[in-house]
Amino acid sequence: MPKTKFFNEMRADDNTVRAAYSDIARWLDSLPEGHLGIKTEEAELLFRRMGITFLVYGREGSNERLIPFDVIPRVFSAPEWDLLSKGSIQRVRALNMFLDDLYHGAEIVRAGKIPAELVFNNDYYQIQMHGLDVPGGVYAHIAGIDLVRVSESEFYVLEDNLRAPSGVSYMLENRAIMMRLFPELFNDNAVAPVDHYPDELLRNLRAVAPPGVGEPTVVLLTPGAFNSAYFEHAYLADSMGIELVEAPDLFVRDSRVFMRTTEGPQRVDVIYRRIDDEFIDPLAFRADSLLGVPGLLSVYRSGGVTVANAMGTGVADDKSVYPYVPDIIRFYLDEEPILNNVPTYMLRDPEDLKYTLDNLADLVVKEVHGSGGYGMLVGPASTKKEQEDYRARVLENPSGFIAQPTLSLSTCPTYVESGVAPRHVDLRPFVLSGEDVTVVPGGLTRVALTEGSLVVNSSQGGGTKDTWVLQE
Amino acid sequence: MLGRVADQLYWMARYSERTENMARIIDVADRMTLTPQTDETRQSAWVSALEVAGAQSGYGEKHGDINGADVVHYLAMDPDNPASIYSSIRATRENARALRGSITTEMFESINATWLELQAMNTDVLRPGARRDFFLWVKDRAHLFRGVAEGTMLQDEAMCFMNIGLYIERADCTARLLDSKYHVLLPASEEVGGALDYYQWGTLLRSLSAFRAYHKIYRDRISASRVADLIILNAQMPRSLRSCYDRLSETLEDLCGTGAPECQRLVGRLHSGLRYQRIDQIFATGLHEFLTAFIEGNAQVGQQLARDFMMVR
Repeated sequence: MPKTKFFNEMRADDNTVRAAYSDIARWLDSLPEGHLGIKTEEAELLFRRMGITFLVYGREGSNERLIPFDVIPRVFSAPEWDLLSKGSIQRVRALNMFLDDLYHGAEIVRAGKIPAELVFNNDYYQIQMHGLDVPGGVYAHIAGIDLVRVSESEFYVLEDNLRAPSGVSYMLENRAIMMRLFPELFNDNAVAPVDHYPDELLRNLRAVAPPGVGEPTVVLLTPGAFNSAYFEHAYLADSMGIELVEAPDLFVRDSRVFMRTTEGPQRVDVIYRRIDDEFIDPLAFRADSLLGVPGLLSVYRSGGVTVANAMGTGVADDKSVYPYVPDIIRFYLDEEPILNNVPTYMLRDPEDLKYTLDNLADLVVKEVHGSGGYGMLVGPASTKKEQEDYRARVLENPSGFIAQPTLSLSTCPTYVESGVAPRHVDLRPFVLSGEDVTVVPGGLTRVALTEGSLVVNSSQGGGTKDTWVLQE
Repeated sequence: MLGRVADQLYWMARYSERTENMARIIDVADRMTLTPQTDETRQSAWVSALEVAGAQSGYGEKHGDINGADVVHYLAMDPDNPASIYSSIRATRENARALRGSITTEMFESINATWLELQAMNTDVLRPGARRDFFLWVKDRAHLFRGVAEGTMLQDEAMCFMNIGLYIERADCTARLLDSKYHVLLPASEEVGGALDYYQWGTLLRSLSAFRAYHKIYRDRISASRVADLIILNAQMPRSLRSCYDRLSETLEDLCGTGAPECQRLVGRLHSGLRYQRIDQIFATGLHEFLTAFIEGNAQVGQQLARDFMMVR
């Protein structure tokens, strides 16, 4: 692996501690030998007792696993957060306007800012959304913007998750566990709270109820207890005080959606759904889906119910549309993008393809429709054999792939077997849109626990950290 | 409340109660085998335990011959037996996981802890010298389930559905346990009312936590008709059929208010049989026949509840 200089978030090059981490560094120095190990075990016990688990599918049926939790928080100063939150909000505002435009005439295509086939031939473009007015023009009510840091002031967006981004329950539970394990840390640091997230979410969901509904009934639609993110669904429904429904709990009658309760049918106005577009209504999408609600789409189209996130948002967070986001921001907001886009090679372009194949060892290559860190090639960390195998895959269908330079992800101090050592991290803040566009000060920090690894996905052995934003 | 949620609450409580009941069923068989007797009668205690648990055919397929250690393992720890303590704790916990939004954190954590502790155990806990402690643990955890529910849950609809599940399951088990005596052989040399007969009735009382209550109430030696009177008709005995149905119909009244769904009628019919019959009338028609009819009627109540409230389609 080539020697790359990574940005260390706690220590500057001369090994002095950066201001935001001064208390954390003092705290780490003051801890008795073995203390972090004990606290790590305690944290694991708490997670297990509270059943904060995700399901892993394997040969032996499904297994409940814990996502490893690192007890050393990641810290952002107020000015750093100001930049991140403004940049994320700017992106989400522009992407919502982009979606509204795409389904209402596509001015941006006519202006020549983005190729028509990229949008209209996109698998995630939903023809059913065409011409449909959604309340407030909001499509992505909940967005998770995946960010990495490469230097003091440079942040890159890796991905905009506009469908059903998950992980927010970890942001909330990680904080709760940190406060339980290390209350003293919170006395010394003015850490911005995050636990109002469910209230903020509910406020925004209520704001997008169909017009004329006085006291909207909001529900959370989950695929069920066997979904890997079920804990999060139950957690959010519980903290918002709304019903957690599965598709068979809902039905359509007289152009309205109802849920089956012990006292008979009750009308539902807003559905925060955590199931994918194609499973939402077997009449409209997949007839073989057991997850959906027959007729839901027609109610949605007639304005009788709001679905959040809206259907068809996938076209805006697709990896093939991603390179155009800076232009999208300029087009709708007439502003310069605050956060950087990673330069992206589109392998459907012959020049980009050639460049990529010539430089496989230095690039990260991803499937356009991939997710979760599966099926990607991290050039600098791969063997010659892996590169050759991947080359063959790319050549089969070049337009299914994109390539990006390998980013030097920043590192944070992390408790590992050998003690406290720097490990690579990313960040997912959660942006809410509805009444307004906001982001709670914090997010999900994922950390690659293996030394040198740049893959932070929990499905690939990544862990999480509490993410602090210091108040001024 | 969602119909599905009501259904899951009902089943969560049933499964939790079933763990305790299964521990009682195994415990009573285990104790019955401890008196001096022939191999044949000893076997009949295990057969009767399987019968009460409704696990005879499942056990037969897996093990064939009756063997105490195998029966205990099958009823307590076998994941393949859907009615085992293991399976019931797992099912309680699966329902609780699905219900996280509808039960308190304390409830979930207590149920989850039971499941985690169970997983940390091995079959060693079923050794003859250790199994009674295991049964005690199972009962303790079930008591805790009810205590945490009582102490942390809102006294609302959710609690009603849990209580309904609890009483239906408990009534079912009490009836089956009492009926088990019918299946246990009394050796030809022993008389009805003799020492072994006496011992068997006493064991049954102990398994229902009713041994002391019996002596407190009747102040006399143990007889079949008094045991049946206590277990079926006594309103103060917490595990008696009468007591289960008193509380079941109370809960249904709370739940239904002025409406009167079909399940309430079914409950009323069984309830009146328990309130207005004398034990000699029951013996005249036959204890086994009475209990069989009760178990059947109780199951119908469960099915009707699902139709009335849980919008089961």
